[in-house]
Amino acid sequence: MLFEAFKLVLDPYVLWVILGSAMFGLFVGAVPGLTATMATALLVPVTFFMPPVPAIASIVTATAMAIFAGDIPSCFLRMPGTPASAAYTDEAYAMTKQGQGEIALGAGLVFSVIGGLFGTAVLIIAAPALAEVALKFSSFEYFWLVMLGLLSAVFLALGNPLKGVVSLLLGLLVASAGLDNPAGYPRFTFGSAELAGGLTLIPIMIGMFAVSEILRSVAAIDKPWEMAQAKIGNVFRGMWGLTKKYPVQTLRGSVLGTAIGALPGAGADIAAWMSYAMSKRFSKEPEKFGTGHVEGIIEAGASNNSALAGAWIPALVFGIPGDSITAIVIGVLYIKGLNPGPTIFMNNAVSLYAIFIVFILANLLMIPLGVAAIKSAKQMLRAPREILLPVILLFCIVGSFAINNSAFGVILMLVFGVVGYLMEENGFPVAPAILGMVLGAMLEENFISSMIKADGDPVAFVTRPIAGGLAVATFVILFWPLGARLLRRAKG
Amino acid sequence: MPGQKFGPAWFPGLVAAGLGLCGIGLIAAGLRERGPWVTFPGWLRSARARLAVATVLGGLLFYVLAADWLGFYLTALLITVVWMRVLGASWRLALPAAAVATVVIHLSFYKLLRIPLPWGIFERYAF
Repeated sequence: MLFEAFKLVLDPYVLWVILGSAMFGLFVGAVPGLTATMATALLVPVTFFMPPVPAIASIVTATAMAIFAGDIPSCFLRMPGTPASAAYTDEAYAMTKQGQGEIALGAGLVFSVIGGLFGTAVLIIAAPALAEVALKFSSFEYFWLVMLGLLSAVFLALGNPLKGVVSLLLGLLVASAGLDNPAGYPRFTFGSAELAGGLTLIPIMIGMFAVSEILRSVAAIDKPWEMAQAKIGNVFRGMWGLTKKYPVQTLRGSVLGTAIGALPGAGADIAAWMSYAMSKRFSKEPEKFGTGHVEGIIEAGASNNSALAGAWIPALVFGIPGDSITAIVIGVLYIKGLNPGPTIFMNNAVSLYAIFIVFILANLLMIPLGVAAIKSAKQMLRAPREILLPVILLFCIVGSFAINNSAFGVILMLVFGVVGYLMEENGFPVAPAILGMVLGAMLEENFISSMIKADGDPVAFVTRPIAGGLAVATFVILFWPLGARLLRRAKG
Repeated sequence: MPGQKFGPAWFPGLVAAGLGLCGIGLIAAGLRERGPWVTFPGWLRSARARLAVATVLGGLLFYVLAADWLGFYLTALLITVVWMRVLGASWRLALPAAAVATVVIHLSFYKLLRIPLPWGIFERYAF
C-alpha cells in the first residue's frame, strides 16, 4: 500500500504541481498582505480540475511554504508576511538591524522544517489511532465534539470572547440558509433559487480572506515599504549550534504548535503567539526577548509550522477543521471523494498515505526552495503592489465565479469581503465565523437527530461515557474565563 | 412544521437567541466603556486611500453588473486598468500589465479549466 502511495506522489504531473505550488506559496507568504489562507482559497478553483492527490498536495505544499516565507519580510520590512509570523516580527527585525539577519532567516527556515516534520509525524501516528476510537461515535458524541470545537475556536481567538461568540453565531446563521437541513425545508431563501442551494463557502472564504485583506492593503496605500539592508550569506551557518543549544525550546514549540493546530479554530498564528510567550516565560534570559534574541524565533518558528500539520488531524478524522486553512480543505476533500471521517482510513487509505508523503516531501523541499526564496527576497519584496493587487482581485473574481459558474459567487465574495474587513477592524475574529459556516450543518444534523432519538430529553446527551466526558470538557471551557475571574476576585 | 417535534426553525431560533444575548452583553460593555459611539479609521482622512478603497469596491460591483453584457475581456480589462492607475501605476505599465493579466487569466480559466466566462457583446468573436 505504501508502494502504491509513493507511486501516486512520484508521478511527474504531481511533482510539477508540488513544485509550482511551492513557488506560489513562497511568494504569497513573503509578500505582506497575502496570507497562507488566502493562498488556499485562491488555489481551490484551480484544484477543482485536478485528481485528488495533486489537488491536496498543492494546498499542503503552498501553505507550508507560505508559513515559513512569512518570516522573510519580518527581517527586511518589519512586517509579517502572514499573521503566523507576527509574534516575532519585531524580534527578527531587531536581529537584522544588528547585522544578524542571516541567523534570523536561517533559524526561521531550519526550525520551520523541524516543526513541520514533527507535526507531520504526529499527524501520521495520531490520526489513524483517533479514527479507531471515532468509529464508535454516535450523533451524541459528534454533537459534543462539534460544540467543543466551536467553543475552543471562540476562546482561543485573541481578544474579547463575546465578540468571538457573535462571530461564531453569525457563521452558524449563514450555514443555516438553504434547503440543506434535516427537514429539507427551504430557509432564508427569499424565493431565490441561488439561495435555496445554500451559501457556497468558497466565494465567502475568498471574500473574507482575500478581498478583505486587499481592502486593508489598499487602505494603507500611503505607507511605503522601507527595506532594511542586510547581507545574507550562508543561512545555515551556526544552525547546528542553535539546534544543540535550544533542543527543549524546539521540542516545546513543536508540541504546543501541533496541539494548538489540532484544536479547532486556532491555527499557526495563535500557536506562534503562545509559543513565543511560553519561550519568554521559561527562558533563562527573558530580558533579551525583543532586543534581537533568536530563542523565541526558534520556538515560535517551529510552532507555527507544526500547527499546520496538527490542524489536519481533526479535519481528516472528524471533518472538524483545526484552522481556517483546513476549513477550506474539508470542502475540497468532499469534492474529491475523500470524505473526511473515521472511515477515511479504510476507504481511501492509499490517497491518505500519499497525502502524508506529500507533507514530508513539502517540508524537505522547503530547505532548498527556502534558501532560494531568502536569496531572492529583495526581488520578491520589490514586486509592484499596484500591479499585484489588481491581478489578485481579478483572480478572486474568476475563482468565485468558477465554483458554480454564476455571478452570484462574485456577489457573495464582495459582500463577505466587506463583512470580513469590518469584522476584523472592530475586533471580531473571522476564524470562528468560518468554523461556524463549515460546521453548522454538521452541528444541526447531530443536534436534531440526537433530540429526536432522545425525544427531547437532555439527559440522553450525557449518558454515553464519551459523550459525557466531552460534555464536561465543553462546560469546563465555557465557564473557564468566568471561574478564573471569580477566583481572582476572591483572592484579591 | 406540523408533525415534527424538532423542525427547521429550531436551530436558527437558538442561534438567534444567542445572538440577541451577545448583543445585549456587547451593548452593556460598550455603555460601561463610555467611549465614542462611532470611530473612523485613520485612512479615511487620506483622499488617496478613500479613492483606492472606493475603486476596489466599485470595480467589483461593476464586474457583477456589467460582465454579462460587456463580456469578460472588456470588463476585466477596464477594471484592472482603473485599479492599477488608482494604486499608482503609470499608463505605460498599467495598460500592458492589465492586458496580459486579462488574457492569461481568461485563457487559463476558459481554455484549461473550462469555466464559461461570459463573452457578452463579443459572442460572435468567441473562440
